[in-house]
Amino acid sequence: MAQTVFVEAINQALVEEMRRDESVYIMGEDIRRAVYGATANLLTEFGEKRVLDTPLSENGFFGAAIGSSLVGMRPVVETLTSFMWVAMDQIISQAAKMRYMFGGQATLPVTFRATMYYGGGSAAHHSDRSYPMFMNMPGLKIIVPSNPADMKGLLKQSIRDNDPCIVFEDGTLFGMRGEVPDNQDAIPFGKARVVREGTDATIVAIAGAVGHAERAADELSNEGVSVEIIDPRTLVPLDKKAILDSVEKTGRLIIADPAHKVCSAASEIASIVAQEGFWSLQAPIQKVAAEQVHIPYTPSLESLVYPNPEKIKAAVRTTLE
Amino acid sequence: MEISKETLMLMLRRMWTIRHFEEKVMEMHSAGEFAGGAHPYIGEEAVAVGACLALESTDYIAGNHRSHGHPLAKGGSVNGAMAELYGRVGGYCKGKGGSMHLADFSIGILGESGIVASSVPVATGAALASHIRGEDFVSMVFFGDGASNQGACHESMNLAALWKLPVIFLCENNQFAVTTSYRNSVAVEHISDRASAYNMPGVLVDGQDCIAMYEATTEAVRRARAGEGPTLIEGLTFRYEEHSLGLGRVRRGEYRTQEEIDAWRKRDPLVIHTERLISQGIATQEECDAVSAEVLKEVEGSVEFARNSPFPGPEALFEDMWADEIPAP
Repeated sequence: MAQTVFVEAINQALVEEMRRDESVYIMGEDIRRAVYGATANLLTEFGEKRVLDTPLSENGFFGAAIGSSLVGMRPVVETLTSFMWVAMDQIISQAAKMRYMFGGQATLPVTFRATMYYGGGSAAHHSDRSYPMFMNMPGLKIIVPSNPADMKGLLKQSIRDNDPCIVFEDGTLFGMRGEVPDNQDAIPFGKARVVREGTDATIVAIAGAVGHAERAADELSNEGVSVEIIDPRTLVPLDKKAILDSVEKTGRLIIADPAHKVCSAASEIASIVAQEGFWSLQAPIQKVAAEQVHIPYTPSLESLVYPNPEKIKAAVRTTLE
Repeated sequence: MEISKETLMLMLRRMWTIRHFEEKVMEMHSAGEFAGGAHPYIGEEAVAVGACLALESTDYIAGNHRSHGHPLAKGGSVNGAMAELYGRVGGYCKGKGGSMHLADFSIGILGESGIVASSVPVATGAALASHIRGEDFVSMVFFGDGASNQGACHESMNLAALWKLPVIFLCENNQFAVTTSYRNSVAVEHISDRASAYNMPGVLVDGQDCIAMYEATTEAVRRARAGEGPTLIEGLTFRYEEHSLGLGRVRRGEYRTQEEIDAWRKRDPLVIHTERLISQGIATQEECDAVSAEVLKEVEGSVEFARNSPFPGPEALFEDMWADEIPAP
């Protein structure tokens, strides 16, 4: 068991999957020189045909990745969430819809690795946490790793999966260290992780919010409050059962989600529990998600936007009142 | 270029297939036999047929909303196409795609797209796969004059030229994006002129001449397979009908004159091809008529096939979403 940095876990998954399967290749902007770290040394090992630096043409090269996947390749596209908007036609009109629209003829084993940089003064254009918008569109599998081991295992699964996957890589975690087993294999989708067990309240936390939930739970335990934390790990598919089982045990639900709060992953989870777990609830569900504003540049305002341990603690206390 | 009689007669057959199919579609749509929009390819038959016959069965095509002509030109099943328009399980896509999304992956038809220019990057990607794996299949994408203004088109052409991908950009310039003339939307004289910006050959071809389309595409295919990169072919053509079925009933204003329509109809691709076959002694009028009659029968049979094919049942609603199944939410 080795201590591994989050971004190294991405690199390990890429190297191992590219060695395992010759149809895996990677494309993106500035990846040969690994500007964002995750693609270090790939060019040396795998050569120019499998490590493609692209022009700044997201709609074009996202579409090319999709087209190549239709004829047997397993492309991995590296991008930032903020650049996905210019490729939306290919992601939505083609990747998400092709299989169903063509009556099951199309198989699209394409993985989009979309890094979410936020919380660091990048302002409105470079701080998108856009996974809820893609959850709303059938046909895309949505992956939200919260630690290095899950990052590695879920990325490996995404590359092997035969459907379009978007892995939302939380930029606030890129320097995070964590245990990654030496033989970390692919982690199946739709299996939530119980981060810690507890009895008084359930926090469902997504991506970078998992760490905030853990700090909140540590502090609450000093007050005698026992919190259970569930990390869904994938939002499509979503492990409803793990969430409903936990709420059945604790009777209280708090959802910590770094994305905007309206029509969000938090909204969806809240609605599932309201509809299917209502009689377990002893208090109203609390959503702790990003405020419905654009991300301001100045740190004095940006710090107010996202979930943090203080907000999560306050929400847990609300459910216990 | 020497072209065999077999190929020349296949050109005639496939063009008649499209012509009769589209006329039948218009008839059945008017009769209320199926819903939705459809975009007739009548007048443009020589473009798809000439281009597709220059491909091997292992090559790929992708196309656009004016979709019926492309799969039929590549030899797709007439029954499957008609049943798809009827929304039946016997259709190419089991009734889930409809007119604008015909696809038959078993013969390299990667699908038509209802979003203009959206297939261009996809076809470029199929060519990228050929390039990465060192295989020799090529990919061809049909798009219109309207699509030639989309960023997806320009981004794809740059990518393909940069990486020398084996792709053929086949612009069907039927001159109008719904009602907007390409002369009012394209800043160069010919769409093929744009190829020079991407360092690839641009070829302007008479899109009413099936043989000319075949010859131009054959050269583009040769280049692509030889690793010399993409080609932009502009087939200048004309759609006889409205942009889509029923549009004529709602449109409030003319965008082309009757004289213009009549002049183009005089250059009918089927007439041009038939006259050439006869005048050069390749086939007789009777042989040509027999092809048309046979195909008409096949098209009429496709209506029966479609009517007899069942609608998909409710169990089909959630099928075909995923290759690796996940629970419905």
